[in-house]
Amino acid sequence: MLSSKASCNSHGEDSSYFLGWQLYDNNPFHGVVNPTGIIQMGLAENQLSFDLVESWLRKNLDAMGLKKDGESVFREALFQDYHGLPAFKKELVEYMAKIRGNKVTFDPNNLVLAAGATSANETLIFCLVDPGQAILLPTPYYPGFNRDLKWRTGVEIVPVHCWSSNGFRITMSALEDAYQSAQTLNLKVKGVLITNPSNPLGTTMTREERSHLITFAIAKNIHIISDEVFAGTVFDSPGFISIMEAAMDRSLENENPGLWNRIHIVYSLSKDLGLPGFRVGMIYSNNETVVSAATRMSSFGLVSSQTQYLLSNMLANKKFTSKYMKENQKRLKRKKEMLVSGLRTSGMECLKSNAGLFCWVDMRHLLSSNTFEAETKLWKTILCEVGLNMTAGESCHCSEPGWLRVCFANMSQATLQIAMRRLRDFAER
Amino acid sequence: MGLLSRKATCNTHGQDSSYFLGWQEYEKNPYNEVNNPNGIIQMGLAENQLCLDLLEPWLMKNPDALGLKRDGISIFKELALFQDYNGFPAFKRALVDFMGEIRGNKVSFDPNHVVLTAGATSANETLMFCLADQGDAFLLPTPYYPGFDRDLRWRTGVEIVPIHCTSSNGFKVTLPAIEQAYRQAQKRKLRVKGVLITNPSNPLGTTMARDELDLLINFIEDRQIHLISDEIYSGTVFTSPSFVSVMEVLKDRNLDQTQVWERVHIVYSLSKDLGLPGFRVGAIYSNDPVVVSAATKMSSFGLVSSQTQYLLSAMLLDKKFTKEYMSENHKRLQKQQKDLVSGLEKAGIRCLDSNAGLFCWVDMRHLLKSNTFEAEMELWQKIVYHVKINISPGSSCHCIEPGWFRVCFANMSESTLKLAIQRLKSFVSSIGMKSQSHQELKSLRRKARNNWVFRHSLQSFYDREQDTTTKVSFSYRPHFMSLSNIAATLDAAA
Repeated sequence: MLSSKASCNSHGEDSSYFLGWQLYDNNPFHGVVNPTGIIQMGLAENQLSFDLVESWLRKNLDAMGLKKDGESVFREALFQDYHGLPAFKKELVEYMAKIRGNKVTFDPNNLVLAAGATSANETLIFCLVDPGQAILLPTPYYPGFNRDLKWRTGVEIVPVHCWSSNGFRITMSALEDAYQSAQTLNLKVKGVLITNPSNPLGTTMTREERSHLITFAIAKNIHIISDEVFAGTVFDSPGFISIMEAAMDRSLENENPGLWNRIHIVYSLSKDLGLPGFRVGMIYSNNETVVSAATRMSSFGLVSSQTQYLLSNMLANKKFTSKYMKENQKRLKRKKEMLVSGLRTSGMECLKSNAGLFCWVDMRHLLSSNTFEAETKLWKTILCEVGLNMTAGESCHCSEPGWLRVCFANMSQATLQIAMRRLRDFAER
Repeated sequence: MGLLSRKATCNTHGQDSSYFLGWQEYEKNPYNEVNNPNGIIQMGLAENQLCLDLLEPWLMKNPDALGLKRDGISIFKELALFQDYNGFPAFKRALVDFMGEIRGNKVSFDPNHVVLTAGATSANETLMFCLADQGDAFLLPTPYYPGFDRDLRWRTGVEIVPIHCTSSNGFKVTLPAIEQAYRQAQKRKLRVKGVLITNPSNPLGTTMARDELDLLINFIEDRQIHLISDEIYSGTVFTSPSFVSVMEVLKDRNLDQTQVWERVHIVYSLSKDLGLPGFRVGAIYSNDPVVVSAATKMSSFGLVSSQTQYLLSAMLLDKKFTKEYMSENHKRLQKQQKDLVSGLEKAGIRCLDSNAGLFCWVDMRHLLKSNTFEAEMELWQKIVYHVKINISPGSSCHCIEPGWFRVCFANMSESTLKLAIQRLKSFVSSIGMKSQSHQELKSLRRKARNNWVFRHSLQSFYDREQDTTTKVSFSYRPHFMSLSNIAATLDAAA
């Protein structure tokens, strides 16, 4: 009666990742109204810097009011050109460059807007991979990828296993192993998708990892998709090196134009600027055909012109964006350090991280056995008894049990303190 | 192994069609009253630009809506974080109320059955993903919106099989035509999952009669397939007959709470009624909870900006405003349509009788050199490049008869419309005048007579078909010029 897509569960929403959210929705913590409720530590959102954005908005009412110099530009409500508002794309590429320390420049003509990175990722896969083919993903990875990359596209994900023994870094042999697995499964590999900075690890890619990737992509003649949605959340050294910068450093445009045309970036304003509700995502590619096809596909998920107008004005204010980036990074660092020390007090160590809105926490010593069943039991206990919704490593396809992702940027200092206290009490038991 | 996917390198996006090519030509040389008075006038874009001046004062009087405030207090944070694919509750409530109003409150909608999407484009594609697998087919009455080739087929791999409608009965859907399409699909080994109609129709500008809807409901009930009713133009019905939604017919026939009830789905959008295509607000309405659930999850790929949901929930909740807006909107659409129809008539061109939409379905068969699509293309090119008007040729809408064109009227001022009509008038006269000897005039008249006879007999054929099948009656609409009119025009030109 319905399609197989509608009746299957490739949307992946039966995973614990989403179950935890549901339980949280039924009993959400609130400092005053529901102090014993579940604290949401499974949502990677940046809520630390709204006051900065709001103060800009107060001083720039025209942008919200769809006005320019006091005159109504409500006609923008008609704008549905899938090439995007030119002023907005210009500001976006400048902002993207700024985040990368202006060590790369981007051409607005190579930018395709999408309704969030969710849409951007799916669209890129539709453009690069046929149903039944595969892409490689280093583990652990964002649980939503199962839905975003596979569900409607019919594409397979083959994991590139990374291990705690070397800090979950991508190795050449892991890449080769994944490629071999795909071959064994008779799957044609079209590309590798990395998230840099990593979700859930909170780390930026090392020079070595970048080098492996590029060498591998050249050898196998495949694409590299670099999901850089957390690029603006790098709050500590080492700094962030975009795949584009790495490509430029190796002069790929001249030395290997083939690979230059197979490198694509996904970005969004949801994590950096903390505006997930506005649905602003984008694809950046040097490949003309990809840009053209993706632009047409963006018809299925355009960005509201009301939003494009507002944000092009905000990003045009360079003083604001500089101030925002600096302050945002400071606040993220502070919160993260609070979480790390709080966890340490409870006997839990985090993977050393310099980015993201979360920590990757080692709870292996709390497992009753070195199995995913034990991990699920632990996760459930923390959710139901301690009242903290964290993300189990298994839902991130981690190859080893015992690791959990814990978010810190979506709550106040006070809430974080309460969460740490609850965890301490639990650990003492 | 191809570097990119097949989808990226094929042309199923359909953007090589004349529908889009005409737009491209317009982009290169767009008419502007002041800066480019000899440019191409865009009459190929179905947008409602007639009532922006009504929306602006509302915005001024309701600064909180744009300013993302509630009772003067900023709720920016709440909205900036809001990405729940279940949608802003207040917005969904306001939307279903608005949809009910448009249907004269003869049906009411449940906000829990609504899925918000980034435009109807996204809604239609998502519904395909939910109802059909790759290689399945949907039946669509022709002529249909050119964008469907991309929206329904491109990434979904679903096929479209046309239900051919003709001018002999005003392009109404008939049972023989539907059954013929179904057989065609079977011949092509395609599993038919449903029928998709656009009501009011794009490009015809007509609302479906109750008997057509009955016919369709009977058919899908019989074959146990789905019916998607794309009702994005429901708010543009400016004169009688009034709009009858498929939901209303189901209710009247006491089919709600039956199996067929769960197989009828509506697509809606605020792009045409409120003239806000840039805001990307679309919706799927379904009584099947599994469809609602799957579509809701899929809407992650095209959510509506929370900033926009908030603004429009405030606007739609202002019932006084929406009533006034819709009333004035209809008035202006009707006037503009009348101006176009009468202007074309003076140029000897007739339009299909229409009561809705942002366009007319125009009969230019008598201007074709021959009854072929090549001739239609030739005429279209002349109109785009020499007359400098972009209109949409019927072939791009998959019309089975050459010579019909969709001409939009709601995206321009009165004066621009006048100018366009003027240009067309001159063009038609020039065709009449161009090297026409008396003999050629006579032979043209003979051809026109023969065509008239041919079409008339075709119409009788369909009448006969009707008699032997269901007791459905179709109102016959005079759609082509009578012989005397053709003769008069040619005489005038000579």
